[in-house]
Amino acid sequence: MLPLVDLESRGYWDALRRHRIVLQRCDACARLRFPPMPGCPYCGRRGHTEVEVRGRGRIYAMVRVHRALTPAMVGEVPYVVAVVELDEGPRVIARIDGDGSAGTHIDAAVSARFVDHDDWTELRFEVVA
Amino acid sequence: MTPRAAVTGVGYTAFTRRSERSVLDLAAEACAAAIEDAGLDRAEVDGVASFMVMHDSVPCQAVATVLGLPSQRLLLDVDLGGQAPCYLVGLAAAAVKAGMARNVVVFRAMNGRSGGRVGTMQFDGMGAQYRYPLGYDAYLMYVAMWASRFLYETGGGPEDLGAVAIAQRAYAERNARAVRREPLDLAAYLEAPYVVEPFRAADCTIEVDGACAVVVSSLDRARDLRHPPAVVAASAYRAGPRPGLDIGDHLLWGDYTRNYTSLLAADLYEKAGVGPRDVQLAEIYDCFSSTVLIGLEGLGLCGRGEAGAFVRSGGTAADGPLPVNTHGGLLAEGYLHGMNTVAEAALQVQGRGGDRQVVRHDVCAVTSGALMDGSALILTADR
Repeated sequence: MLPLVDLESRGYWDALRRHRIVLQRCDACARLRFPPMPGCPYCGRRGHTEVEVRGRGRIYAMVRVHRALTPAMVGEVPYVVAVVELDEGPRVIARIDGDGSAGTHIDAAVSARFVDHDDWTELRFEVVA
Repeated sequence: MTPRAAVTGVGYTAFTRRSERSVLDLAAEACAAAIEDAGLDRAEVDGVASFMVMHDSVPCQAVATVLGLPSQRLLLDVDLGGQAPCYLVGLAAAAVKAGMARNVVVFRAMNGRSGGRVGTMQFDGMGAQYRYPLGYDAYLMYVAMWASRFLYETGGGPEDLGAVAIAQRAYAERNARAVRREPLDLAAYLEAPYVVEPFRAADCTIEVDGACAVVVSSLDRARDLRHPPAVVAASAYRAGPRPGLDIGDHLLWGDYTRNYTSLLAADLYEKAGVGPRDVQLAEIYDCFSSTVLIGLEGLGLCGRGEAGAFVRSGGTAADGPLPVNTHGGLLAEGYLHGMNTVAEAALQVQGRGGDRQVVRHDVCAVTSGALMDGSALILTADR
């Protein structure tokens, strides 16, 4: 399934294709945010600058999917999806490499990598040993 | 004295796996049953309110047409899921108190099993693009995500989630309407495989085809009707800060261990003139088991991190200090998106709970919704 890219998110997806993570930083309050959106969810102002983040963070919450709920994912189970809190502040949603059996737990340190699909690039994380 | 409002009747269709009927037919049956149950003439009903997700139901105008209602002062369709039932009952009560309508029927209808299944629908919205391509593609995953953090921070485990499912199944054994009625114990719960960890099948609601409705009237009118009124003592809706770009986008929510119940509780109790210690039973929205634990703590009915132990100790059973989800909940009765949770609350307050009627039923807390936003009611006896 392809991401349904919109006017707000095009920069984010284009950057992933170049293996970079680019987020919006509010010009008024300087907070970073994700997902991309036309106003700051913390101060309500318009106006932002795109900044690159390092792709390091910690698992805030996670699920391990044992039974796929869509046909496209049947061959992937078990797989882990986590909310990752980046060192710079924002949280993103991403799969964590592996089946979650060892070392993949809440508060584990993770590092970004990029999975190139035919038409889009997925941000994924691996647990830092 | 300030005008007051009450739930005066409830109506249901059967809950089935395949209704072979139109959603409009189901909606009309449940609404007609609720109006009849209240003891009202259809001509007295001048408002209809409902909710739907991704157009899985029918507009109120269609229901008013099929029921032959002569004149509508309130037609209210909202684009919400399980956050809506208490919200709509609260809005109906406000409308009645303001003289905008006299008797409002609030319903939820859907072929939720044989037709579009909300749990796995791809929701519209700008947050969807970040979830679905990853295989993060069902509502149960979002609630499971919160549950993982809740259990982590509060030191809970599978036994805490299981206790919710087990306690509610015991009620369902006494509820002929419930879809899941076979007994459940901890061993059987733990033996079952995970669906999406930390949830097993018993932690998840069961989708059904069906409809449920309640009627809201002025308390003055209610006192002349067939059943004792279930007074709407308070209602509250709350969406916290940064509720997201669509109903599945929780990335900007700060604390997955606390949902909207934490935010609306003080407001709700103040409006009702009661506190958590006065609540005698609770009907807490439970599309998944974890939301009962988060709701018990959010409403102040249990202390932080104490809900799991409370449920494990039998605290929410029929003979416990705080019966919870006396119909078996959405986990066992079926997924009518919490409209049936409000209807059960009304039945209990009215003393019409049948084999599952609880002894103390004068003050009931009810909630609708699981995550960033939702609503709640305090229903009381006429006192």
